[in-house]
Amino acid sequence: MKKIFLVVKREYITRVRKRSFIVMTLLTPILMVGLIGGLLWVAMADKGGTKMIAVIDDSGLFKDKFQNSDDIHFTYLKENIETAKSEFNHMGPDGLLYIPKLDIQNPKGIQFFSENNPHFGVINKIENTLEEEIEHIKMMQLGVDPQILQSIETSISLNTLSLTSSGEKASNAEATVGTAYVSSLLIYFFLFLYGVQVMKGVIEEKYNRIVEVIISSIDPFQLMMGKILGIAAVGLTQFFLWVILSFAVTNAGFLIFGLDKDPVTLVSETAGIGIEATEIAQTNTGIMELMETIPITYVLVTFIVFFLGGYFLYASLFAVVGSAVDSDADSQQFMFPITIPLIISIVALGFVLNDPDGQIAFWMSMIPLTSPVIMLGRIPFGVPIWQLALSISLLVCGFIFTTWVAGRIYRVGILTHGSKVSYRTLTKWFFQNY
Amino acid sequence: MYLLEAQNIYKSYADHQALTDVSLQIPKQSIFGLLGPNGAGKTTLIRIITSILQADSGAILLNGEKLKRSHTQSIGYLPEERGLYNKMRVGEQLLYLARLKGLDRSLAIDRIRHWLHKLDMLEWSGKNIEDLSKGMQQKIQFIATVLHEPQLVILDEPFSGFDPINVNIIKDEILNLRDRGATVIFSTHIMESVEKLCDHIALINKSKKILDGKKKDIKQQYRTNRFEIDHAGPLKGLEGVYSIIGSKTLDDNLFRSVVQVPEDHNPNQLLKELIIHTEIHKFTEIIPSMNEIFISKVSEQS
Repeated sequence: MKKIFLVVKREYITRVRKRSFIVMTLLTPILMVGLIGGLLWVAMADKGGTKMIAVIDDSGLFKDKFQNSDDIHFTYLKENIETAKSEFNHMGPDGLLYIPKLDIQNPKGIQFFSENNPHFGVINKIENTLEEEIEHIKMMQLGVDPQILQSIETSISLNTLSLTSSGEKASNAEATVGTAYVSSLLIYFFLFLYGVQVMKGVIEEKYNRIVEVIISSIDPFQLMMGKILGIAAVGLTQFFLWVILSFAVTNAGFLIFGLDKDPVTLVSETAGIGIEATEIAQTNTGIMELMETIPITYVLVTFIVFFLGGYFLYASLFAVVGSAVDSDADSQQFMFPITIPLIISIVALGFVLNDPDGQIAFWMSMIPLTSPVIMLGRIPFGVPIWQLALSISLLVCGFIFTTWVAGRIYRVGILTHGSKVSYRTLTKWFFQNY
Repeated sequence: MYLLEAQNIYKSYADHQALTDVSLQIPKQSIFGLLGPNGAGKTTLIRIITSILQADSGAILLNGEKLKRSHTQSIGYLPEERGLYNKMRVGEQLLYLARLKGLDRSLAIDRIRHWLHKLDMLEWSGKNIEDLSKGMQQKIQFIATVLHEPQLVILDEPFSGFDPINVNIIKDEILNLRDRGATVIFSTHIMESVEKLCDHIALINKSKKILDGKKKDIKQQYRTNRFEIDHAGPLKGLEGVYSIIGSKTLDDNLFRSVVQVPEDHNPNQLLKELIIHTEIHKFTEIIPSMNEIFISKVSEQS
């Protein structure tokens, strides 16, 4: 056991000390937060400046109907549309709206000219105004009093609550789906990243032949497990550093930019140009508050459990691939079958999140090869404790089985050089006495 | 007393037989040459001795005890195909390998310093392995093999890739190890170094041991009773029991002849006979080199 620890220590220290590890660990959260911050910045910058829109209204229906706002300023032109178009570039407005004579029943031929692609918010606002006005005219023609219509207009925003045995909790579908996606993708990414590191480590030892010296000191299985455990420790270190750094960078970012709003409202506000402000206010009522209803600690703990379980399962398979090939380049053919269940998990994630308690979701979160990704997708929606327990037990059995199989193939593989390895060879190795 | 005994070792892989009934006795404090052509089974035998592989049947005894995993601490192994972690520093790497052999930290550090100093590598201790030349890397590998002062040192083709200066350094170290009580198994097909270093040898070919014993005895056994004589004036009228196998002119009136002496005669009798016929300048018995024995035994089998 002491010797396994030596291997774990070596694997851990040589990796954590690498410049690439330090850079990646520090830079990733900064980049992520920076990217989001940058997008916000661009969105806000884009919002700045009032759009000047020139309107030519040949129908005469929309006189003074376009309301100026902070964002858009409308000016009515008396000119002919053709002259307006030819003078468009010198005149300076950002857009030119042309409304021809209209048939109220079939309003067609309204055009909008602009130099660049028009802003979504602007189009939205113009369309809304046009629709409202035409509806208004139609109602007048039909003899409906707009006052009555206004009085019957209702706005509903569903207050979603999740009902569990421990009582009802406020929930938010977007936040839940978001958490599910992020944790599933993250675990997929982690399994790949660290699985491949195990494979590369095995290939390195085999390629530079130090493996023979080492297994004349310790059992090959100890070496394999030491490597897997050491890299798991690297993974956990990186994960914790990312969590801590992301929080730190986010907070620092908001301090620096002097923003007093919480990030979620900021995102929604900037993204929601064209949606009426009251609406934003409604949907955003305490999104942060709702975020808190997603039990962060619970998600983190299950993430770590399923990351470790899934990692041990996949890492031992990656170790087999590493032991079977002579160089990185040969590893492709054997990596393919290993990555299939992971890719299937990601493809199926959409279905699973649509129906987190359905058959597909249930079975895929039980099968050890797919359960880490799929179960992490289900967790934010709430998973019965027995399913969680069963899934974890199956995952543990799964990795015990794969490490056992892997160990038998590995000890032969690491000493075999130069021969073309097929799946039949691997089977032969598995049954070979050593 | 034998340090290591191999008793009737059999080992087969999926597609071929690697060792067939191989038994060896390796005396304590000897340098034992394990010889054989490529693919004969040497490396398999070594891997069985180092517990990397298990024999299908047969036993290995170390100091009379059946070999177990913990014995790897008293064995140092330098494989033929060898390498180190490229991105690891020299000192750290040696420390890691020494600790895997069960050496404690402070003792390991002392010995690493001692060996690096001895092989003139001390200033390289903090460098990564990839910054070292191939010869320096091989010195490090040699140090790693002997750091834990093993009773049994197994060197598989230790000189391949070494320059002549380093070959001599390592040869001296091998002799030192033996003199300080270690036993060395030395696997090679370079017969020149066998000639110089080995006390005992075993020859393995096609999975079977075909020859073993003291180098001296084997050479004795393979002597052909032929003598090489340099003489002035042609050799004529030699008695019928001696046959001249070859003769050539070396210089003006100086000849070299090879004479076969029958089993029941000794060199003195030949000398007496020769004195009558010619003037002798040099008289040596032709003793076969290990190389010749090796080639004749191996080709005899195939």
